[in-house]
Amino acid sequence: MTAFATGDAAVTPLARRRLDRDDVLMRLGICLLIAWLCIAMALPLWALLSKSFQNQNGEFIGLANYIRYFSTPALFISVWNSVMIAVVSTAFVLPLAFVYAYALTRSCMRWKGLFQALALIPILAPSLLPAISLIYLFGNQGFLKELLFGGQIYGAGGIILAQVFYCFPHALIILVAALSMADARLYEAASALGASKMRVFFTVTLPGAKYGVISAGFVIFTLVITDFGIAKVIGGRFNVLATDIYKQVIGQQNFEMGAVVGFILLIPAVIAFTADRIIQRRQVALLSARAVPLEPKPVPRRDWAMFAFCAAVGGLIFGILAVSAWASVITRWPYNLTLTLNNYAFGDFDTDGWGAYWNSLSLAIWTAVLGTGIVFVGAYLLEKTRGFALGRALAQLLAIMPMAVPGLVLGLAYIFFFNAPWNPLGFIYGTLAIMVVNSMTHFYTVCHLTAATALKQMDPEFEAVSASLKVSLLRTLVRVTVPVCLPSILDISIYLFVNAMTTVSAVIFLYSTNTKLAAVTIVNMDESGFTAAAAAMAMTIVFTSTAVKIAHVLLTRRLERTTQAWRRR
Amino acid sequence: MLKPTLRCLLMGAVAVVAAAFVAGPANAQKTKLTVYTALEPDQLGPYKTAFEAATPDVEINWVRDSTGVVTARFLAEKDNPRADVIWGLGASSVALFDSMGLLTPYSPKGSDKLKPAFVSARQPVAWTGMDAWLAVICYNTVEGPKNKMPKPASWADLTNPVYKNAIVMPNPASSGTGYQQVYAWIQLFGEKAAWEYMDKLHQNIGVYTHSGSAPCVQAGKGERVIGIGFDMRGAKEKTGGAPLDVVLAKEGAGWDMEATAIVKGTKNLAAAQKLADFAVTQKAYEMYGKWYAITGWPGLITAPPNYPPSADAAMVKIDVVKMGVDREKILAEWIKRYDSKSAPK
Repeated sequence: MTAFATGDAAVTPLARRRLDRDDVLMRLGICLLIAWLCIAMALPLWALLSKSFQNQNGEFIGLANYIRYFSTPALFISVWNSVMIAVVSTAFVLPLAFVYAYALTRSCMRWKGLFQALALIPILAPSLLPAISLIYLFGNQGFLKELLFGGQIYGAGGIILAQVFYCFPHALIILVAALSMADARLYEAASALGASKMRVFFTVTLPGAKYGVISAGFVIFTLVITDFGIAKVIGGRFNVLATDIYKQVIGQQNFEMGAVVGFILLIPAVIAFTADRIIQRRQVALLSARAVPLEPKPVPRRDWAMFAFCAAVGGLIFGILAVSAWASVITRWPYNLTLTLNNYAFGDFDTDGWGAYWNSLSLAIWTAVLGTGIVFVGAYLLEKTRGFALGRALAQLLAIMPMAVPGLVLGLAYIFFFNAPWNPLGFIYGTLAIMVVNSMTHFYTVCHLTAATALKQMDPEFEAVSASLKVSLLRTLVRVTVPVCLPSILDISIYLFVNAMTTVSAVIFLYSTNTKLAAVTIVNMDESGFTAAAAAMAMTIVFTSTAVKIAHVLLTRRLERTTQAWRRR
Repeated sequence: MLKPTLRCLLMGAVAVVAAAFVAGPANAQKTKLTVYTALEPDQLGPYKTAFEAATPDVEINWVRDSTGVVTARFLAEKDNPRADVIWGLGASSVALFDSMGLLTPYSPKGSDKLKPAFVSARQPVAWTGMDAWLAVICYNTVEGPKNKMPKPASWADLTNPVYKNAIVMPNPASSGTGYQQVYAWIQLFGEKAAWEYMDKLHQNIGVYTHSGSAPCVQAGKGERVIGIGFDMRGAKEKTGGAPLDVVLAKEGAGWDMEATAIVKGTKNLAAAQKLADFAVTQKAYEMYGKWYAITGWPGLITAPPNYPPSADAAMVKIDVVKMGVDREKILAEWIKRYDSKSAPK
């Protein structure tokens, strides 16, 4: 900050003018960002909300839709079902992910890299994949069916199992981050005072990771309550909120009731999001400048126990993936086990065949390219410029809001907003563009936070120095900031690519004849009973996102050698 | 109101968005027809190819879902229709659209040659029928004996408690096959007895699936022992190697016809008429005959492999027009009674 002040003081009248131009540019940029987020998120949500108070002819009918919803027990029970599923899944995922993260950060077990990679597999797959695998494992013809002792996989149990697989990496990433920072001095003090291992865990380790655990809990809760693919495939007769919206909107074309369920689905997500924000605000820096980073020391018994645990969990994750891979090449389970590639001839099972895959690919590429641009420039404007406090605060708020909006709800909101007759933007309805806008917005927050963190790590002196050297903001951005932040920019674009490739819920209401997506065809093929083809399409998505992820890792390594040499001392 | 202000704001945004997404090069040569259909996914490719080969200047854009969904969607869009033609949707639904004035009557060339039942009653013709599809019982011959569940011969057999949770049937709200069988039960047993029958059957149903093809596919995989599905899917699965018996229930089978019609307000009327003409050619009926035994072309005898014999004798007496009109009322009752046990959607 002092550096900035000196820089400011040294400004000559000529530079002042330059700064003014930058100032105008910055204000304009922030206004554009606000306008963008309003169009892509705030206004559609407003359209959704107003729709839920209307009847089918568009007349205002107050709370009538809500009253009807809550007086229909078959619908209302879904609220309870959804919350129950979310709570139970969270209760399973949290301890598993915590121990796994602990093993990765605090033990000296072997093959940490492999275990980390294994645990991240579910992120590369559509959420429907674990559900399909579970049907092959525990369905009425499942080869491990006996393990259920006559029970059924269709229903709450199946949903929870699949959710645990799907949510595990999301929790793991947060917990690894939380556990990798620790002050060794605390542990030294504890052992000097003769505290037992158990006590150290409960008084030092756990409190240190407290905020991570809470955050992970909320993230899983939101993921489960808003996911729709899993419940659709393996839910059987068990109804949840996410499938209810779908049933109302697609099955019965009752958009008003869909809006009501959408709004109800928004409530738990927003509560979880707000609670997390409030709690995170209380977090204070645990690591002071004098902290000594904790280096795990080998403890053979613990390390081998951790190894066994990670091998079991990682093995299960890999196993679930392997089941789908295997199912996708079987001719006719369980009667004809000859291997075949016929299930990959998607044209036999769905109108669009491989076309849907190419649509998904172009959606993912557009989302990654445009999304990264908008997110990064947006974060730059908010982090690296000064002044215009009001606009900045509004943009900041809008940037973190998408995280609380479930994909299904955003998709439904887009129908109401972009298909409204008065909307001049209506021409993007039914095109790939609307899905690109939707995906960029749906995944905005995580990308924004990644970019903001990367930018925060850069000294503000860069901007101050360039200002005093009369270099424009734009030039500093292009010549200094972007190259320095390149690894994070890559991270963001890969995140967008993979998510756009795998998401179902964000786009299920928005695709049209020419723009059907791979993940959507999984839902359709499963609906018609073509489970093997659905597994094949899910595997095609996994292969694609894995290939992209591997390319990303290699590229990042290369970048670190070339442009990031300054990070090394 | 907020709307005028919004419009100004959004107009500005149009430029930004338009710049970001350059529209693909327009393919102006061919007329694109938006065709709503509930045909099976594996039929779409061959049907499209055959029509486009006969009519090179027109291209088909399918919008496909289960009968119930396509019907609901068409009705929801009735003020601003997006479809040009309907090709392969249940005649009961199409007749309902006609009674609501949502179709453009057109007598396709050669429609006078068809079997009378396959042409709508009024002149000019509102819709033409393609083929009839029948509800069947798909019985898995491996899992059945293994679970001591005998092969059923009639609808009444299916209420035997031995089949508890072993039967799947399509949700009639989303599936045409599901609705036609519910309607057939009402015709066969009378309204009161039919609902009592379904109450009993409900005890044995594992899940009501979204689509009409799923039951026979699931029975073919042994995921369930018995599926109430339709003829063509059952025969096709059996031909593909599934251990299935495709049974026509002895009381008689529910059925519906797949129909073709032109949507009122289409901007591509000439192209739509070409499709309507093509749909009643002998060549088209021979194509339908590869999948179904009963088609609208007189004297055309086809027997798709593994198709149950003497299907036309099994057809319950049904008035498809009345079946379409009664749809909403029957579905409302069905949803009230059984929907909580239905598969999502």
